[in-house]
Amino acid sequence: MSAPLTSLDRPNSYIGRSVPRPNAKRLLAGRGRYVSDLRLPRMLYAAFLRSPHAHAKIISIDAEQARALEGVHLVATGADLAKICTSWTGTLDHFKGMTSTPQLPLPLDRVVWAGQAVVAVVAESRAIAEDALELIEIDYEDLPVVADIDSAREAGGPLINPGNANNVCFRSQLDSGSVDDAFAHAAHVVEEEFCFGRHTAVTLEPRAIVADYDPAAGALTVHHATQTPYQFQDLYSRHYGIPEARVRVIATDIGGSFGMKLHVYHEDMAVVGLSILLGRPVKYVADRIESFVSDIHARDHRVRARMALDAKGEILAMDVLDLTAIGAFSTYPRTSVVEGNQVIRLMGAPYRFKNYRATLEVIFQNKVQTSQYRAVGHPIACAVTERLVDMAAAKVGLDPFAIRAQNLIADDAYPQTSPTGYRFEALSHQACLKRLHAIMDYDALRAEQAELRKAGIYRGIGIAAFVEITNPSPAFYGVGGARISSQDGAILSLTPSGEVRCLISVTEQGQGTEAIISQIVADQLGLAQEHVKVITGDTEVTPHGGATWACRGAGIGGETALQATRALKRNILEIAALILQEQPSALDIINGEVVDAGTGNQRMPISEIARIAYFRSDTLPPGTQAQLTVSHHFAPQGYPFAFTNGIQGCSLEVDVETGFIKVLKHFIVEDCGRVINPMLVDEQLRGGIVQGLGAALFEECRYSETGQLVNGSLADYLVPMPMEMPDIVIAHVETPTADTELGAKGCGEAGTAAASACVLNAVNDALLPFDATINSIPITPAKVLKALKRF
Amino acid sequence: MKARAFSYFRAATIDQALDAHARAGDDARFIAGGQSLVPALSLRLQAPRLLIDITRIGELRGVRREGGFLRIGALTRHCEMLSEPLIAEFAPLLHAAAPFIAHPAIRNRGTFGGSVAQADPASEFPAMTLALDAEIEIIGPSGSRRVKADDFFVDLFETALQPGELITAVFVPLFKADQRFAFDELARRRGDYALVGCGMLATCTGEIIDDIRISFFSVGNTPTRVKGTEATLIGSSLGAERIAAAQAALASDLAPPDSDEVPPAMRLHLARVLLGRMLGRLGEGA
Ligand SMILES: Cc1cc2nc3c(=O)[nH]c(=O)nc-3n(C[C@H](O)[C@H](O)[C@H](O)COP(=O)(O)OP(=O)(O)OC[C@H]3O[C@@H](n4cnc5c(N)ncnc54)[C@H](O)[C@@H]3O)c2cc1C
Repeated sequence: MSAPLTSLDRPNSYIGRSVPRPNAKRLLAGRGRYVSDLRLPRMLYAAFLRSPHAHAKIISIDAEQARALEGVHLVATGADLAKICTSWTGTLDHFKGMTSTPQLPLPLDRVVWAGQAVVAVVAESRAIAEDALELIEIDYEDLPVVADIDSAREAGGPLINPGNANNVCFRSQLDSGSVDDAFAHAAHVVEEEFCFGRHTAVTLEPRAIVADYDPAAGALTVHHATQTPYQFQDLYSRHYGIPEARVRVIATDIGGSFGMKLHVYHEDMAVVGLSILLGRPVKYVADRIESFVSDIHARDHRVRARMALDAKGEILAMDVLDLTAIGAFSTYPRTSVVEGNQVIRLMGAPYRFKNYRATLEVIFQNKVQTSQYRAVGHPIACAVTERLVDMAAAKVGLDPFAIRAQNLIADDAYPQTSPTGYRFEALSHQACLKRLHAIMDYDALRAEQAELRKAGIYRGIGIAAFVEITNPSPAFYGVGGARISSQDGAILSLTPSGEVRCLISVTEQGQGTEAIISQIVADQLGLAQEHVKVITGDTEVTPHGGATWACRGAGIGGETALQATRALKRNILEIAALILQEQPSALDIINGEVVDAGTGNQRMPISEIARIAYFRSDTLPPGTQAQLTVSHHFAPQGYPFAFTNGIQGCSLEVDVETGFIKVLKHFIVEDCGRVINPMLVDEQLRGGIVQGLGAALFEECRYSETGQLVNGSLADYLVPMPMEMPDIVIAHVETPTADTELGAKGCGEAGTAAASACVLNAVNDALLPFDATINSIPITPAKVLKALKRF
Repeated sequence: MKARAFSYFRAATIDQALDAHARAGDDARFIAGGQSLVPALSLRLQAPRLLIDITRIGELRGVRREGGFLRIGALTRHCEMLSEPLIAEFAPLLHAAAPFIAHPAIRNRGTFGGSVAQADPASEFPAMTLALDAEIEIIGPSGSRRVKADDFFVDLFETALQPGELITAVFVPLFKADQRFAFDELARRRGDYALVGCGMLATCTGEIIDDIRISFFSVGNTPTRVKGTEATLIGSSLGAERIAAAQAALASDLAPPDSDEVPPAMRLHLARVLLGRMLGRLGEGA
């Protein structure tokens, strides 16, 4: 568990210290520079007319009056933009047999979800553009709407994509063999069907983009609130036929992203085209109402699953069918099947059993597309597995902790390969389980629960173990043909005054990427953190890399920074050795000073080395060329993913008369390997848990039978708010990965991964005296009251 | 979304406001706190050509005793319902309801008159005027009048208020020593519009209920007094049996609308649970 001491464990190391984020004060003081704030000279504003129909043919578009309105510069339809933009298709090669229809910025003749952008207006102001939208008339002819999983799968039912044989996007199967046999010989079988509603990211800052095409230079600059500027540089270049070097994507401050801002959106592609057509900057900021109907949604799964156990409660096998309904096509460039793929591969991941079978079916329907959002697939796999484990515990007569202690992979049994093929380097399930038991004061909670039940107060306790996928290698997207990098790059310079500038490809959306990178650089060079400036998010200056997605900023970006810093340090010490007439190996840098490695005696400040190298190179020995800028790239090797693990616990109370649920306290023990900044890790866990609790209790995109989103505003779509959120108790176990020097894995999705599973188990635990069960998320008062047959 | 362009006029007096409205006809709206109107403008659900700002009209402000009533000026803000001692003493039901309305930023701007004029069936204050037997003072081109809350709420967002008329104040009978009140609501999150909510005011002789007014919100097209339920309680004390009878009577007083999230039967169930709990507390002297 505890790795041997390395240079990272020096007593005054920045690694492992809770230092504040350097950008926090700036953002709090209102000094953030978001794309939403941006105003360029000659900038125009775009607005989109959206389809009121979930599925319809576009018969005609009459925009004459809109074009004539004063202040309107351009009204563009699908046909106009199709002339300059090539289509895209959201499939990846390694998802064999997957299909999806090609997409254009705006549709030519058919709309496939309610809220789809159909016509763009560009005007002097957003208000004028909206006035113009009211003057556009579109004649539609209704087509049959496919609004749920069942009608989409109906044989002979309406087809979303004409020419296809059915509404299936992708099918996949996993089978380790012997599953039927295991079930046939099982002493106990538990089985359930689970539903996971759609929800969406609801970032504080909605999607925002300013495209600025300069026809004189043939160059495109896009200010884009995205996690992945390099991916968009590539896409804008290829789809608009502009050489990559002449496309610049700048992602400055971003008000939250959570995976939602790394997909191609039709409006964003359109805005680039509008700027090209006009030769002027064009801005588009989605408003909240638009966000609900056009940002990607996530989840929307129905899972039937069963688990076989022997008489003593040993898990023998799992058998899973996951049906998931995406939109009318798959999202580009990461597809809409990754979530389902991860659901079937993460099932049962914390446990030792070997017999596993799963079928995944990804289905089209007339709703906005689903795609990657924080903790892709994890909450579903976790909730299904952990609910079945609790059901099994009840059947066998074991306590939830006991059945997990019996079945979780032993901490000394690594490396391990899961029945779904995931390879685990080293996890710490058993240590986390023990720790959770202690921090929950589990026995006392159970005693209190029993006491309160006598008074008609129904409390529930739930726990859920999880595995999180982090540090993805090219196995994730690269092998599928996507130009999405899994490596990162950094350029480090010692400035003339002895400070360090670090340009790095990982990006910042509020999680503190820049903080941990500066900690690592300061730590590895031997410099105060305030002398390190980290610059991210501009394809013109930062080297190409994966940026921020999945969970990779600390694990991959951090290792990149670490290795780049070590290279810079070598170069600095080389010059120092020449000046001081020492061997480089006899020197070190501490606190900005070159010192004797042995004694720690100060020899000269690194600012002096910089001064000499930059301004008095004549005083260096002939032939010396100081290299005080280094560049370094790092691509993960070894294990294709660095898996992390942890376990969460939840204590809550169900009001059995109203169906209201109050979460009393939430717990997590998490192992993300090397913790670089404990405060930021804890913030990630808390934020992730809150999003998970939102999914468990509040958040759902509800649709009518005609495919209309019925709660697409913040008045009706409930996000978790502080008054309803519990205190969250956090503990850590640290198992660094040996694949990198840094040893860090990810932690961004751990909170979300298991929070809803915990709540599901806890609610069912609370309802135990009533013979009522819940197997659907979010758990609303209506579902609780229905289960209790109160109305 | 952005509001359509409109003109703006800030009225200094009631006369100026009425006059401006009369001249603009149907295309004008008074604006007070703007906490209902501005969202409607931004969503382009409403697009008046003229906004008449009434927030500087002194005659619409202030809380004072007038005869057996507390006169609460239309511009009294939700936050003042919490801070004004006269409200706490003489209209404690409003004081109790105020913290349930939205969040501090909205309570700092939203006004009592605006809330009553808006007559949102999910709003707390309109329903409380019913429970309090309040009177709404209205002024218009043809003069001033007082309308009983019982006669004020007509249908969904429809009141006795005619276009171009202003609410100047609401008159609430002073709270008396022999009265008890209760307020509560069931909302998914603190500050949300409730799934169901209720306020009640009872006049008692000892434990016996001489009179009671119970008003629900979020149960239909208007705030709703449940007269049948009230009748089951008058003349008796609040024992378990009485409370059960009152809960049963709700079914004939309420006809909750269909909604995708809360089916009518569930809303009725929640109203019963809420009523039972509140009457229990009232019985304990709440
Ligand atoms: C996020 C949010 C949450 C909210 N939650 C709640 C809640 O939980 N419960 C609740 O009750 N309310 C809630 N509200 C609404 C809030 O209480 C409003 O303030 C109130 O409904 C209207 O008051 P106002 O002064 O803002 O009116 P305005 O928005 O200015 O006006 C509303 C309407 O009343 C008319 N009007 C205003 N004053 C007068 C007058 N004196 N005479 C005649 N007509 C007048 C206007 O012309 C307009 O038609 C919420 C609002 C927001 C933005």
